[in-house]
Amino acid sequence: MKALPSRLDRLGLAFLALTLLCAVVVPALALAVPRDSAFAIPPYVVALLGKYVCYAILALALDLVWGYCGILSLGHGAFFALGGYAMGMYLMRQIGARGVYANPLLPDFMVFLNWKELPVAWWGFHSFAYAGLMVMLVPGVLAFAFGWFAFRSRVTGVYLSIITQALTYALKLAFFRNDFGFGGNNGLTDFKDILGFSVQSDATRAALFSISALTLALCFLIAKAIVGSKYGKALIAVRDAESRVRFLGYRVENYKLFVFVVSAVIAGVAGALYVPQVGIINPGEYDPANSIEAVIWVAVGGRGTLIGAALGAIVVNFAKTYFTGAFPEYWLFGLGGLFVLVTLFLPKGLMGLFGARRASAGSAPAPAREEGVQ
Amino acid sequence: MSEADNPKLTSSLLYLDGVSVSFDGYKALRGLSLVLEPGEMRAIIGPNGAGKTTMMDVITGKTRPDAGDVYFEGRHDLTQLDEAEIADLGVGRKFQKPTVFENHTVSDNILLAAKAPRGVFATLFGGAARQEREAIERILATTRLGDQRERLAGALSHGQKQWLEIGMLLAQDPKLLLVDEPVAGMTDAETAATAELLREIARDHSVVVVEHDMAFVRELGVKVTVLHEGAVLAEGSLDQVSADERVIEVYLGR
Repeated sequence: MKALPSRLDRLGLAFLALTLLCAVVVPALALAVPRDSAFAIPPYVVALLGKYVCYAILALALDLVWGYCGILSLGHGAFFALGGYAMGMYLMRQIGARGVYANPLLPDFMVFLNWKELPVAWWGFHSFAYAGLMVMLVPGVLAFAFGWFAFRSRVTGVYLSIITQALTYALKLAFFRNDFGFGGNNGLTDFKDILGFSVQSDATRAALFSISALTLALCFLIAKAIVGSKYGKALIAVRDAESRVRFLGYRVENYKLFVFVVSAVIAGVAGALYVPQVGIINPGEYDPANSIEAVIWVAVGGRGTLIGAALGAIVVNFAKTYFTGAFPEYWLFGLGGLFVLVTLFLPKGLMGLFGARRASAGSAPAPAREEGVQ
Repeated sequence: MSEADNPKLTSSLLYLDGVSVSFDGYKALRGLSLVLEPGEMRAIIGPNGAGKTTMMDVITGKTRPDAGDVYFEGRHDLTQLDEAEIADLGVGRKFQKPTVFENHTVSDNILLAAKAPRGVFATLFGGAARQEREAIERILATTRLGDQRERLAGALSHGQKQWLEIGMLLAQDPKLLLVDEPVAGMTDAETAATAELLREIARDHSVVVVEHDMAFVRELGVKVTVLHEGAVLAEGSLDQVSADERVIEVYLGR
């Protein structure tokens, strides 16, 4: 990859600067400013902002496959949740003897189910490094296996979307079962420590926010490097005219597989950062509706723009927090209406408002119509 | 594969023998046979449904024939390879409808087509090499798209898109170019310019052109193969085949 900064346009630099600024300023306002000051950020807001940033990372991951390669994944929530569960398992094992049943090895739900020993899947999760590896490896391997078969058999368009949806739904049903071994319906919660720091403390929350923001910046740089390379140009070509790319001699299935796996790993990392900040992970995270919501964030922000996807996630979730408080019954109508309005009047999403973007390397113009090419 | 354990079966560049394809009972090709010598340019004509596009699909690996042999350079059995492998052997294809990457600039379109490693990691970490950039410049000049290089391909005129696609074919540097109806929808001036472009290309490439436009085929001045109902009806110079009774019957109706 050539000199990275040369590939970043002005908007990208502004986005990076803003993200890094938030990573410093939010913790500072939360910790260093007196509580009664007008500038102080209360701890619950820090956690909320941290959650938004995790969603922004997920949206970035989704934009990479949908916006640049035309793979409309309606199951990206599955990779997010798998990363979240891997982190949740680490946090569960950190509880140790402080659980209700005070079993030093087994998490409470296992004692409750009368299990005597730790299932193999839970081995190693006392180590943060191992858990961190699994956060990336599990979504990555699942995406690789899924993509290997789907892309090789040339499943595209709406059919692919349907099977990604089935994937996340199947995982949801599996994780709901108590004997599957991941806490069943209740999921994993009551976390105490992360790396020895209390997950409840304000300082940990602020640090988690900061790490999330830095991760967003890093993922943005990685995504930007990918889409700015010749590989990225080929990816956009696959999105717009897949069979043409095949006749040029490219192995389209490998191109799709690579970006799908990278995207799944990023989604997994987002999920892992999300769990300690919200304090719970349960099978509800696999709900297909969550994955579809993520697609809406990307569409609202602007498909194929990366920045737009991240902003879309933050804007829609901010609206969601506000409206579910103010008019709880109408939120879903609002979200649906927003999607319709954006599709009709802002086909390039919020990023389209920034005016005609230059067709410079790295920033993909909004995709033509839909990927119904072949 | 080394040449020793895969000896040449024929000296011709492209060899089709008894190729049959049917879709749901409809026979698109019935025992089509065609031989193309290295360096040859050939025009294929025939009424709608004669099997011209299906023939292209078979050669490029998009469609597998039910029966028959398809050999490239006398040694590669194209019925056993897929699109990317066949493209890699040196068979380039231009579609009937111009298919360029509309969201890329003209020069990026050619860059993507240019002969270079096609692997994921090669394209992820490699930039455009100097010789690649020089090749792009050469092709931009040949296809008269030099001053359009930074425009999005989607903004080009129909004729320019066709030339860009021919330019992409050239960038692949294939041994064989398959060109499907290159002048459909072109003005007379554009048609003449395209014929000149193809003749230029045919100097160092083998070319198969499928075309409806007789004036254009005459301008190319090459050997003509007439297809009808999935098989070869006649072969020879344009004057010879247009004097053929059966060809007249097919084209003018009985």
